[in-house]
This record gives sequence, C-alpha cells and structure tokens, in this order.
Amino acid sequence: MTLLEERHDQPAPVAPPQPPAAGSACPPARFPVRRLVAPLLLFVVVVACWEGLSRSMHGSRAYLVPSPWSVLTKGLLAHDAYSQILPAFGRTAELATTGLLVAIALGLAVGALLYRFHWLERASFPYLVALQAIPVLAVAPMMAVAFGYSFFAKAVIVVMIAFFPIPTSFLLGLHSVDQGMDDMFRLHQASWATRFRKLAFPNALPNLLTGFRISAGLAVVGAIVGEEFFQYGQPGLGMRLLQYLNQVEYHRLYGCLILSSILGMAFYGFFTWLSQRVLRSWHESAQRRP
Amino acid sequence: MSAPAILTRTRPATRETAPEPPATAATPTAPPPVASAAEGEPLLSFSGVGLAYADGTHALAGVDLQVRSGELVSIVGSSGCGKSTLLRIASGLLPASCGAVQAEREHLGYVFQDATLLPWRTVAANVGLLCELRGVPRERRRQLVQSAIDMVGLGGFEHHHPRRLSGGMRMRASLARALTVDPRLFLFDEPFGALDEITRLRLNEELLGIFEARRFAGVFVTHSVTEAVFMSSKVVVMSDRPGRIVAEVPVPFAYPRPPDLRFDPAFARVAATVSATLRDLVSPSPAPAALAS
Repeated sequence: MTLLEERHDQPAPVAPPQPPAAGSACPPARFPVRRLVAPLLLFVVVVACWEGLSRSMHGSRAYLVPSPWSVLTKGLLAHDAYSQILPAFGRTAELATTGLLVAIALGLAVGALLYRFHWLERASFPYLVALQAIPVLAVAPMMAVAFGYSFFAKAVIVVMIAFFPIPTSFLLGLHSVDQGMDDMFRLHQASWATRFRKLAFPNALPNLLTGFRISAGLAVVGAIVGEEFFQYGQPGLGMRLLQYLNQVEYHRLYGCLILSSILGMAFYGFFTWLSQRVLRSWHESAQRRP
Repeated sequence: MSAPAILTRTRPATRETAPEPPATAATPTAPPPVASAAEGEPLLSFSGVGLAYADGTHALAGVDLQVRSGELVSIVGSSGCGKSTLLRIASGLLPASCGAVQAEREHLGYVFQDATLLPWRTVAANVGLLCELRGVPRERRRQLVQSAIDMVGLGGFEHHHPRRLSGGMRMRASLARALTVDPRLFLFDEPFGALDEITRLRLNEELLGIFEARRFAGVFVTHSVTEAVFMSSKVVVMSDRPGRIVAEVPVPFAYPRPPDLRFDPAFARVAATVSATLRDLVSPSPAPAALAS
C-alpha cells in the first residue's frame, strides 16, 4: 500500500528508474591467484605419482617410466635433446596453425553457404557427417599419392581432422536466432546480408568460438598424426616421437610428449582467451564464476 | 508489393502507396508534429480479416477493427486466441488469408513480448538499431536515440549491456527502440506480461504518459483486464480459435489518467464488464450440474 500511496505524489508519468548505482559497474576483474592453487597442487600430486611409479619399476622394465627429473634433464634440457625437440615443436606448431587457419576459413565459408541456401544444407549435411567419420589414417596414403610427401599433404590431413566442428557449431549458432529478433529485422526490411551481419553472425559467435576451441585441439592431434604417417621432410614432433620410440630414447620421447601437450594447451588457451575477450560483455559463458 | 491487401491511402508515409516524395523518404523519422493535425484518422483498419493455416485450422475469422490516432485499443482474450497473430498481420509480418488490411507501415512501432534486445549491443546501440536498418544518418540517429532513451527514463544506462539490466529496464529499452521510428501506429504484444506487478503498474503509467504526449494509434494486447482498461480507450474481447471479436467495451475515461483511477468505482464497473464477457466465453451457459460438482 505504501507504494501505491507514494505514486500519488508522482505527477510526472515518466519517472526515471534508479540511477546507475556507483557500485553497479563490475570492478576490473583481476586474475585471482587462488585459481592457480588447485591445478598446481594436482600437478605436484601427478609428478609425485609418476616418480613413485618410476621407482617401483625394477630391472629390465625400468626404462619404460623414466623419473620426472631425468626426463626434464635428459629429455628436455640436455643440449642434444632440445636442439632436436624445439625445432620439431616449431614445425608442428606451424603445421597445426596453418591447417587450423585453413579449416577455420573453409568452415566459415561452408557454414555461411549452407545457412544461405537451406536446400544445400539439407542435401549435403549427411555427407559432411560421413566425411567426418572416415578415419583419416586410412585416407593419408591417398593424400601422399595425390600431393606427394609434402607440407601441403600434411596440412590437408590437419584440415580434414579440424574442419568438422567449425561449420557444425557455426550453423547451430546461426540457426538459433531468436524468432522475435528476426521478426524485428524483417519488419524493417533488412536484407539477408544485413540480417546475417548484424544478427545471425554475432548470435553464432559463442557456438563458433567453442567450435574453434575444439578444432584447435584436433589440429594439434592432426599435425602430429600427419607427421607420424609421412615421416618425411624436416622432422616435427610426430616424426621425432616415432623416431625416439624406435630408438628406445624414452627420456626424449617423454620430452616430446610433454611438448605436444604444451602445444595443445597453448592452442586451447589461446581460443579460450579469445572467447572470453569477444564474449565478455554479453554472454553467460564468458562470465567468471566465483 | 509484399503485403497482400493494403488499401490505397493518401498518406505519403504509407509504404504501399505510389512512390513517395524523396523528401519524405529521406527523413522517415522526423519528429512528430505535436498533437498531429491528422488526429483521428484511421491508421489501422481490418475488415473481414481471416487467417487459415495450410492444415485447415483457422486462427482468425471475420475481424473488423479500426484504430485511429489518439486511440489506444486493448485486445484481451485467452492464450492462443490469435491476439498476437492479429498484430503480426497488422505489421505485415504475416499475410492475411482473406479480408482487407490497411496499416501504417512506415512509422510502425512494434514491441514484442520479449524485449528482443541484441545481447551483444549496448542499450544505446540497441535503441539505434532500427535507425541503422533504415539508414538514418549517424548524427540524426544519435539525437533520436538519446531522446528515446530519455523518454523512457534510461538515461545513464546507455553503455550497459542488456544482461546487466532488470526485466523492466530491458522493456524500457525495447520501448525506446520502437520510439525511434516515431510510431504513428504502435503495436504492443503483451509487453509487460513477464514483469512483476509493481514494475508493470509503473510501466503502464509511463507508457500512458508517452501515449498522451505522442497521440499515436495504439493496439495493446494483454492478458490483464485491469491493464487493458487502465491503458485503453476501448477494450476488444476476442474469442478462442478461430479468434473473432465478440465484444467492444468503450472505456469512458479521459486522458491523462491518474494512477488511482484504478481504484475508482466506475473503473471497476468497466473492468467487471470486460471480465464478464471473458467469463462467458469460457463457459457460455454455466450448467447447474457443473456448478453442483
């Protein structure tokens, strides 16, 4: 009742709502150091388990699990190790990046095309899925025949592995435009291009960025698998992995594996960062949880 | 022309008429002449409008309705009776299957049930969207956006994203966006249906204030009888599918209306009339057996 009584003293029908409160703006979020505690603790636990495992190995099988310290010193920090592994890391990173960028460009184009022409989407989508299900290792020899043992052939493998999540996530986002928003654009005679640019594309960004992130991880896997298969040219991580396996150089093999993981983390981390940056102001997924 | 049955009109602003003079086209959102000379002319007129879907269901049948500028007509009826469909036909989003529709389409405001704000745009950018789509020059757009934002009392929130606004404030932003086209015909599709009672009452009063200032022709779809009677000059009651107009209840209170009109006995009588009509629709002849059970 008090509220209604108050209204009588409000002759102006257009009363402003509460002004923006001073504290309403989010304070610039600083990266909480506490977030690092849990992963670091887990890291220590994992390394400790690894150490324990390597100590428990006896006799002829001890070489299978070298201790973390020896991997670090002999497999990564020794001159003859890093002089081989670091350049390999660079080459693999280059291959994965190239393949991923091509996959992204192709995926965006295909996604937009299928969105524009609905019949095309209906016609081709089963084949897109089928394409995805083909084991890449089975196709790799054909790539070798078609394109030779080249960087290009390896990049094609990366593209094949990393491509699929991009058009699918993109299309999902494009199709999930709110009907009311679409109505609003149509009401004002917005062209297809305008609706795509100002409505469907931004609407698809959260999905698309998730697709990028998945593809980034796949691109690293694809690059290493491609290198393992081709065994040709300047050695990348995949080629080194196989080589060390054959030479029973397990310290370096582990070093290679660690660098592969770091590459994957870097790719994933980059796209997580990008996603946060792009979506920060408006999408739930980019909000920091306490 | 896209819309099927738009009558020829003499107003230059009507989209379906012969080529517009370029001067009009260049300034589609000119500020309204206060208390427009065109007061009282029909900006929406339905005659015998029906809508049947391909599967044979009829959404609307034989709807006759005229809304003039300075008139705010509320439409009440149960869910799914075709109220929203009526607005979609009026706006041209949906073609009618029969009957004639004339409507102001150039200066058309349409507020949906949801605020339909683009979450990636700030309030100001959302409010400016329609001007952007219509190619209004930047400087003019800025003015229109600012005056619309001030009108709905969102000043100070221009740079906020919708997710940081309350439901009521989102609706205000949606209202402001519609105001930038300087609506002569304004369609409201249960705009405050999702809001809490307090916010709804307040927005009712503010919208009424805007109506009193702009004197557009308004169609206000709602579930709430009180809201309908408080806002409008006439309440139209629609039946269930196929939706047709079963009663028109004039609301005899002059604008501007004070908020406490809602507690006036005369107000209660009008509301009771509308409620009774609605109740009759649900159970046309209350059988004694049904009452006994």
